[in-house]
Amino acid sequence: MLHLSVLRWGEPYISLDKQKVFHFATGEPVAEVSQANGGLIERDLRQSRRARRALLEIPCAELVKMMKKAGELFMTARLPMGDGTQAPEEFVRAQSATAGLPEHMCRKNMEKLQHVLASMDRILDALTRGLDLSFLSAGHGIDREGRLLSYQAQAPVLGMVLPSNSPGVHVLWLPVIPLQIGLALKPGPQEPWTPYRMAEAMFQAGIPRNAIALYPGEAEAGAAVVNNCRKSLIFGGLPTVERYKGNPAVQVHGPGYSKILFGDDQVGEWEAHLDMMEESVFANSGRGCINCSGIWVPRHGRAIAEVLARRLAVHEPLPPAHPEASLAAFTVPGQAQQISAAIDQDLKAPGVEEMTAKHRKGPRLIARERCAYLLPTVVYCDSPEPAIARKEYMFPFVAVVECPQEKMLESIGPTLVATAVTRDEKFRRDLIEATSIDRLNLGPIPTTQLNWLQPHEGNIVDFLYRPRAFQIKNS
Amino acid sequence: MSSELEKKVKRAREQLDAHVREIVAWHFNPETGCPFWLEYARSLKFDPRHAIKSYEDLKLLPHFEDEWLRGGPVRRWVPNAYSDRPIYIFETGGSTGVPKSRISIEDHKIDYEMFSQTLPEKCFPRGANWLMLGPSGPRRLRLAVEHLAQHRGGICFCVDLDPRWVIKLIKKGWMDHLKAYKDHVIDQGVTILKANHSIKCLFTTPKLLEALAERIDLKEAGITGIFSGGTEFTPQWYRFATEELLHGVYMTPTYGNTLMGLAASKPFVPEDNYKITYHAPQPRAVIEVVDFEDPEKLADYGQSGRVMLTTLTREFFLPRFLERDEGERERPIELYPWDGVSGVRPYRALASTVVEGVY
Repeated sequence: MLHLSVLRWGEPYISLDKQKVFHFATGEPVAEVSQANGGLIERDLRQSRRARRALLEIPCAELVKMMKKAGELFMTARLPMGDGTQAPEEFVRAQSATAGLPEHMCRKNMEKLQHVLASMDRILDALTRGLDLSFLSAGHGIDREGRLLSYQAQAPVLGMVLPSNSPGVHVLWLPVIPLQIGLALKPGPQEPWTPYRMAEAMFQAGIPRNAIALYPGEAEAGAAVVNNCRKSLIFGGLPTVERYKGNPAVQVHGPGYSKILFGDDQVGEWEAHLDMMEESVFANSGRGCINCSGIWVPRHGRAIAEVLARRLAVHEPLPPAHPEASLAAFTVPGQAQQISAAIDQDLKAPGVEEMTAKHRKGPRLIARERCAYLLPTVVYCDSPEPAIARKEYMFPFVAVVECPQEKMLESIGPTLVATAVTRDEKFRRDLIEATSIDRLNLGPIPTTQLNWLQPHEGNIVDFLYRPRAFQIKNS
Repeated sequence: MSSELEKKVKRAREQLDAHVREIVAWHFNPETGCPFWLEYARSLKFDPRHAIKSYEDLKLLPHFEDEWLRGGPVRRWVPNAYSDRPIYIFETGGSTGVPKSRISIEDHKIDYEMFSQTLPEKCFPRGANWLMLGPSGPRRLRLAVEHLAQHRGGICFCVDLDPRWVIKLIKKGWMDHLKAYKDHVIDQGVTILKANHSIKCLFTTPKLLEALAERIDLKEAGITGIFSGGTEFTPQWYRFATEELLHGVYMTPTYGNTLMGLAASKPFVPEDNYKITYHAPQPRAVIEVVDFEDPEKLADYGQSGRVMLTTLTREFFLPRFLERDEGERERPIELYPWDGVSGVRPYRALASTVVEGVY
């Protein structure tokens, strides 16, 4: 069995506290993971400046090239994994085994990560709005128009508390190293694989080992990372979002509550957009914050919910290696049961109806010996009032909510991705102005279709670098 | 198990059974017992003084419920024999709601005098002064550690910590305040350690020890012995502190609480690889590791289970209380010829919160 050590600035450390991660279907242990204690992390993070200094030795342009190389290695090479090694296919199987995602989705996520690494030059160019990256290294520079610009790194290292739900989210931290900022990562308990493989790919591509630290562990480890890094990016549920709200040191990626909004002018054409709706709800087994959890319409809500329910209800769990497996398993004991019970509770509210129930052969919850599945669930709400109209869960779940267009923007609540199907210029204008919406798609673009040249929940460059006033006078 | 150890185990068990008879006779005697147990006895169909002849017989009584300790009147816990004695009240819990209260007269002193016998003289020298950097207020720890220092001929300096406020800060997510409060506590500790008070012995919590050791080299400051405890004192933390924080200063783990007293740990040997095994101060207190599903059944040696505590003193009788901790059942050893518990950690029943959102 593989053992994954704590990586203390690149140096393996075997903890006395180890946790096994298990295959969700067979119950076989897949790996044993050393757990970092909070004090150890705090002590290490006092040395964060060394990570930045090591990266400052390498020009950004070189680091960008290394990222491309790292992407190739990540995708194709047999790489060290803890005290063993892993070929790409072994990585896919291991990730699927512990995170519950079908293997073909794991492969797709690998491709996504490689794509981002290969496009790093363009991504950084977009995120910095064309800034010469050497300005970030030097702290200042003169642009083509002769303006003196200065940017100051806000932290030597970015701390991250990573999730287990979908390996695709790892794209968010890939631009950090080429920005000459170190990484202190706390991997998700069921998905330690991507951070380890990516770190090894980066090391083999030439990134200094002391630029990256990996601290698997429990909540204490996450808290230690966040509390001891001057900038952190974390993933969590609503309580986490509330806890760090307004904290400039922490960028929280919470529930997305991504939505599709139909305008009065286009809702009559809803049948033309069924594929877009289905993809938004169902892609990646509904596990991402960019998956659509709410379709808001001024009318036709029941009809849309009915057709979507019929389409989505055909999906059933298949073995993870099956090429058509489309549903991810819940690997944390009791989680699926709790979610299903919460949905049942919410269904008791007036004006709410589950539309998938009559199209399924059995109940929503399929409990297996060591894991569970939740079958796609479409709920119809005749108004925005019921609580379930604004819920999000990590499986294909969507509420189709009837709401007058003029009430929509004040009712939808926080929305990470909004796809607005409307040509109504006033509504479009209102959508552009709506600060509750982060990523806005005007037109029938699936909520899951991201353009990586654009910022996601805040620009990582703006988070890590602050433009500031700067003057020089040589004495 | 060697035949010598077997004999010791048998002897310890006989002593425990005799002690149980004495304590049950005391607490259920109207002359000496406390109102709570005398009242409780009226609901029983048997007289505990006649029915309970051994530790095993305590199963005739139900598991002690912690709710019984919340709220007054507190005098119902004072044994009639001690009604004219000065009474201390010590609390546990209480971050929200009514805390559990335990009365004490001499127990906290006796517990720590017994614990004193387990401390190596070289590391905790007689006459050395102490620093107690940890929870005080309604907790017994401050008075107990101070008594320990005095019992060993030293004087104890104390720095206050209010754990209820710490828990509130964490719940509110006020991490800046938490850090400021921790710094405030550590500042005071550092100031005292630098003030030429000949302090050689230290009690503190694992978290505060980490912070203190980052601020001051404890060896250079003259510290020769530390005792600390709690569920945060894990083998990994023990190793981390030993290898990276303490520079050779001796530290011993303890497991204790207001309801039990103080369990000492099996002496450190490298072969144990920092595994920490606690043995209760039997016969005054007994800890057992019982099956998670069926607490009437002991866990097998080496197997995990829930910690069950029985406290048997003339001041306080707490039979078969299911603690909020779990651990592994350990075999008796020469020094402590009764069961121990290792790997103590908070008891994790299934979480009931629904995971809403994708993370």
